[in-house]
Amino acid sequence: MAPLIEVRNLRYRYPDGTPALRGIDFQLSGGETVILLGRNGSGKTTFVLHLNGLLQGEGEIRVCGLSMEKRNLREIRRRIGVVFQEADEQLFMPTVIEDVAYGPLNLGNTPLQARETALCTLKDTGLEGCRDKAPYHLSAGEKRRAALAGVLAMRPDILILDEPTTSLDPPGQTDLVRLLAALPQAKIITTHDTGLARALGGRAVFFEDGKIVAEGGVEELIHRFDWEPHHHWSNSARSTGDR
Amino acid sequence: MHIPDGFLAPGMWAGLDISAALSVGYLSRRAQAGLEEGQAPLLGVMGAFVFAAQMINFPVGIGTSGHLVGSALLACTLGPAAAAVVMTAILIVQALVFQDGGVLALGANVMNMAVAGTLAGYLPYHYWGRGPWRRAAIFLGGVLSVLAPACLALAELRASGVPMPGPVVGVSLLLFLVSALVEGLITLAVVGSLEKMNAGWVRTSTGVNSRVRGALGATAILLASVGALAASILPDGLEKLAGNLGIEGRARTLLATPLRDYELRMISEPWLRKIAAGLAGLAIIYVVCLGICRLMTRKQSV
Amino acid sequence: MQHLTVDQWSRRESFLHARDPRAKLVALLCFLVWLATVPAVTPEVACGYGGLLLAAALMARLPLAPLLQRTAIVMPFAGTFALLSWLSGDSARAASLLVKSSFSAFAVMLAVATTPMPALLAGAERLGAPTMVVTVVQFLYRYLFVLSEKARNMRLAAACRGGLRRKAAGGAITVLFGSSYERAEGIHRAMLSRGYTGRLVMHGTFRFGWMDGLLALVTVIVLTGGRLLWRL
Repeated sequence: MAPLIEVRNLRYRYPDGTPALRGIDFQLSGGETVILLGRNGSGKTTFVLHLNGLLQGEGEIRVCGLSMEKRNLREIRRRIGVVFQEADEQLFMPTVIEDVAYGPLNLGNTPLQARETALCTLKDTGLEGCRDKAPYHLSAGEKRRAALAGVLAMRPDILILDEPTTSLDPPGQTDLVRLLAALPQAKIITTHDTGLARALGGRAVFFEDGKIVAEGGVEELIHRFDWEPHHHWSNSARSTGDR
Repeated sequence: MHIPDGFLAPGMWAGLDISAALSVGYLSRRAQAGLEEGQAPLLGVMGAFVFAAQMINFPVGIGTSGHLVGSALLACTLGPAAAAVVMTAILIVQALVFQDGGVLALGANVMNMAVAGTLAGYLPYHYWGRGPWRRAAIFLGGVLSVLAPACLALAELRASGVPMPGPVVGVSLLLFLVSALVEGLITLAVVGSLEKMNAGWVRTSTGVNSRVRGALGATAILLASVGALAASILPDGLEKLAGNLGIEGRARTLLATPLRDYELRMISEPWLRKIAAGLAGLAIIYVVCLGICRLMTRKQSV
Repeated sequence: MQHLTVDQWSRRESFLHARDPRAKLVALLCFLVWLATVPAVTPEVACGYGGLLLAAALMARLPLAPLLQRTAIVMPFAGTFALLSWLSGDSARAASLLVKSSFSAFAVMLAVATTPMPALLAGAERLGAPTMVVTVVQFLYRYLFVLSEKARNMRLAAACRGGLRRKAAGGAITVLFGSSYERAEGIHRAMLSRGYTGRLVMHGTFRFGWMDGLLALVTVIVLTGGRLLWRL
């Protein structure tokens, strides 16, 4: 089976000339979940923004067999759903139901169909109660799920989540992980949350300075790069305590 | 200064509502043409920014502080047309949610602050924005963006028969002058540091770099607004002068005249006349808004 | 937050809350025009229009005291000029200024407190308000809360470190500008990735029923009747 996403030698410079991505090769197959690990500023988010054409670098990107060209953008954006880090930026419509119906409406559905799809998606994400609420009346966890619902309503084949668990309390994180684990789509998730990575990921890649420097199982990479924050804390705390 | 409902004479608010509907329709088309697609979110968020920025007090010494009004700042960053649309949106939210300014008086407030204020705030920058007088231009823009609307508002109130003895006008003008100077200072400070942060945020002035024209323009604005005020205080001179003043004065006579004739031909009973004038004004506003809307949607679908 | 209260009121339930926003807008505009064109503000006028507002407030099942308190916002301005008129011997104008401005503000507040802002805007758009302006207002209202919160946090943070001096205040506004601008870019990105093509599709799901027509009609009839019979 052909991979869902295929990226070859992707390069990108910021407008001021600083290189952000320096030759990325990446593949995603159907049903797979890939975790993107790496420090802040290592290029994870920049990479993700290329996958639905929000940024355009040099190199080749194919999504579901479609090359990244202007005429394919509409179809590519339908197939790839991106849940951004800032839920507030994603929830721009006045009420939750309108926000979730926003994508389907843009896909050319009639208002009635869009509403139907939105209601269905809200039910799947456990947000029926928030239907007519304004986004600013939602809790952080509800906001995150509403943002996810807005993307799911477009029935994408691939989900991209940028730091999905930041600013969620532990029960909120648990809810979200459960919800994500039950979704059949292939997923790309950028995160620093090793718990989330272990719960969802099979494969992981590690970003450093705009390159993928390692690839392997989640557990393996966490171990190799010593990516468990608690280790560092307890080590440094102990060393200051000794002094 | 936000004029509440109940202060302006019916002919005044109706006329200004119509001119505001026309101007905002035109300006929003200009704004759409001047910016990339999908600017509605940017304009809305920048409107919210102005609200938020007003929560930050700007100390001006001896225990007093002012806050940003924003029209000159927006004009220097988003361009005058977009800034006028943002200011209109701000005035609508202020009238509806904060009871700051009336709904029938919205047209007056929009004409004063969103249209005249923004244009007055941008004009010096337009002409002097690239030369050695750049900083002075930004400062002057801030000052004018507050002073011009204040004079216009006072003139409208006075012309509507709200009593305003000389000392009151003097004191209010003095207060407005202080807040105008504060606005100039804030605009200058913020535009300066915005440029250091990201030069792309501040518009490069596209006007012909001409000191003479700039000076003429700024003087014209001052004369027009102060003149409108003076004319309203001398009621006899009003009709004669209004024709020569700014857009505001001209629009008022133009639009108030047919209504007055209409009133006369109708019935001589004063209360029926007033209803009729009010209703006719409302109907005209509605039709005009509808027309603009149609025009804009046609433009979009082409 | 101040306007949060109005926003929460607008999501309650009552006869007035259930009405189509267009009906409420028409009724509001008629009320304002009639009030603005009252020939002379007499005690009867004040009672008549006040009674109408009271009836509407009761129908909306909103708490009266906070509503009145909010209306008092117009008082400093109206009061000053009323005082001036009274001092210059024109007590009729003083009464007119006070009554007209406060009653108008109360009426606007009633409309806003019984209609969620998005519905009110959608209604205004259906009645012919320019789409671009309506869309900008909608975004403004949406991010008002988010950005005000941010500004307040900045102010608190500054207060904790000894308050904002002039240079710092300018800096704070600049930072706020930058983060607002970037937020707008983020929103635009999120919209694009969900298929935005430059036009926001609004879809209010309201229907103009006979009850809505009745509300607008009754308002007009009562107002006109009052004027014809008692010159109110």
